[in-house]
Amino acid sequence: MVRKIFAKGVLFAVNLLMALLIVAPLLYCVSVSFMTEPELFSYPPAFLPGRLQLQNYFSALAFAPVFRFILNSLVVAAACTAGQLFFGALAGYAFAMHEFPGKYWLFLLMLSTMMIPGQAIILANYLTVANLHLIDSYAALVLPYLTSAFCLFNMRQAFLKLPGELYESAALDGCGSMTFFLRIGLPLVKPQLGSLGVYTFLAVWNQYLWPLLVTNKTEARTVQIGIGMLQSSDGNAYGPIMAGVTMVLIPSVVVFLVGQKSLVSGLTAGALKG
Amino acid sequence: MTGASVRYASRRTAKARSSEASRPAARLRKPKVPLAPYLYILPSILLFGLFVFYPFIKTLSLSFFATDQGGAAGLWVGLDNYKNLVSSRDFLMSLRVTLEFAVKVVAGSMLLGFVTAILANEAVPMRSLFRTVYAMPLAVSSACITVICIFILNPTMGILNFLLGSQTRWLNDVNTALNSVAAVTIWLYIGINYIFIIAALQMVDATLYESAAIDGAGFFRKHIHITLPGISPTLFFLMIVNVLNSFQSYAQVNLMTQGGPGKFTRVIVYQIYLEAFQYNRFGAAAAQSVVLFLIMLALTLMQFRLERKVSY
Repeated sequence: MVRKIFAKGVLFAVNLLMALLIVAPLLYCVSVSFMTEPELFSYPPAFLPGRLQLQNYFSALAFAPVFRFILNSLVVAAACTAGQLFFGALAGYAFAMHEFPGKYWLFLLMLSTMMIPGQAIILANYLTVANLHLIDSYAALVLPYLTSAFCLFNMRQAFLKLPGELYESAALDGCGSMTFFLRIGLPLVKPQLGSLGVYTFLAVWNQYLWPLLVTNKTEARTVQIGIGMLQSSDGNAYGPIMAGVTMVLIPSVVVFLVGQKSLVSGLTAGALKG
Repeated sequence: MTGASVRYASRRTAKARSSEASRPAARLRKPKVPLAPYLYILPSILLFGLFVFYPFIKTLSLSFFATDQGGAAGLWVGLDNYKNLVSSRDFLMSLRVTLEFAVKVVAGSMLLGFVTAILANEAVPMRSLFRTVYAMPLAVSSACITVICIFILNPTMGILNFLLGSQTRWLNDVNTALNSVAAVTIWLYIGINYIFIIAALQMVDATLYESAAIDGAGFFRKHIHITLPGISPTLFFLMIVNVLNSFQSYAQVNLMTQGGPGKFTRVIVYQIYLEAFQYNRFGAAAAQSVVLFLIMLALTLMQFRLERKVSY
């Protein structure tokens, strides 16, 4: 009995240590964002700020339009998420619940896009966007990521799970294909939509290389590039830099906390089959 | 007369037969090719065509040219870009760096993902809090954690040197720079590795553990002999994902070391970016992109082969 309690205690302690190690950089970042300059440069270095003061946040906002960056990223992430979910669900619906000539080859074609890594085509995409004069536009940031084979594949799995008779009985009642999709199909696959939505939002919010390439004007830049700008312009202004990072982390961490159950179940449901 | 009418009758029947096939009543019996599914997949096809297939082909074709600054293909050079790569010390160095980087990142992140999954699978108080923390790196962007770590690794002001009592210039020393970038990347990948491993852990047959306990297997033994084989498909899947992701790393290098010191952290993607946007040699960069694609394809295929040999 004592051994069991001891073992539990050890496991709890190790868990605690591990969790603290992992979350330490984030906690430290938030802590530093409230520190004053003397505290930052003090030796030994401070772990906690003396009191919560917002000067670093004001400095960060004065240096770079952080709220503008957040707005840009929100627009891009929301648009890409909506697009990937809708077009992925639509195509997944077509592949899962319809028969049409060439279905097998078309599906393979879509799937093959997952084999081509982004880095292999990012240069050519940049040239396409530049030649269309779309640099610094939302279109440039959104269009290449408006649909994804990952979402398509997962949505097809989701629709495959729906009973086939559902569609047939709806058709007998005179329900059109699109109406079925909007009124019956989509609501039934909400869990998968939820988890894919969280995953896609986070992935687009965290993008770095693509926004770096297709935006030049400061007002057009997104949140991660903004962080890079804060860092490279005055590398010693750690207080405002950490304040900027904290502001940028808040939306993604909130989305993660709210959607983590959905995200985890959605990610693992597909991968563990067979 | 009879013969002619017979011939006329049979000709008429043939003509009547063919016209019968095109009359509306007969067409209903043939299956209609539905239009709707094609319309549903059309947006995706168009977007893939423009932003995946076209750039892929364009990259291939661009790699055979020397380009001007606008990226337009200027001069046909055939396989010269590729020949230069083989003899280019810069590119070969970046291959070596990327390989070393990938090995460290994959090993480190899978190990930590495994450890956190094992820890979070046990019944301990505050388990859901631990589970949230272990998955959280998934939500953090590479830029954010990189910038935080730049401060932590600062030689004079950074908290790491203070805790270790050392003076190491983590990002500037040839021996520690790549490890520092790798460590940040490992942190980033802990989340996804943890999520998949713990899900796989929960699918391992509990009775196996019970019989192991009866046979007196300890903590480590049971994990080596039951857990690892049991979750091996997931481990192979994660290995592929981790390798592919690490080969595409960019933000950490761009912000922390800019490929330095010297060229010791210049991973392939960073080399490609330099080639294209600093040296303005889009043709050479395209060739490097093609090589990158081939390497990633080869690594993925190799891992599939390995899985078939090893998996249960």
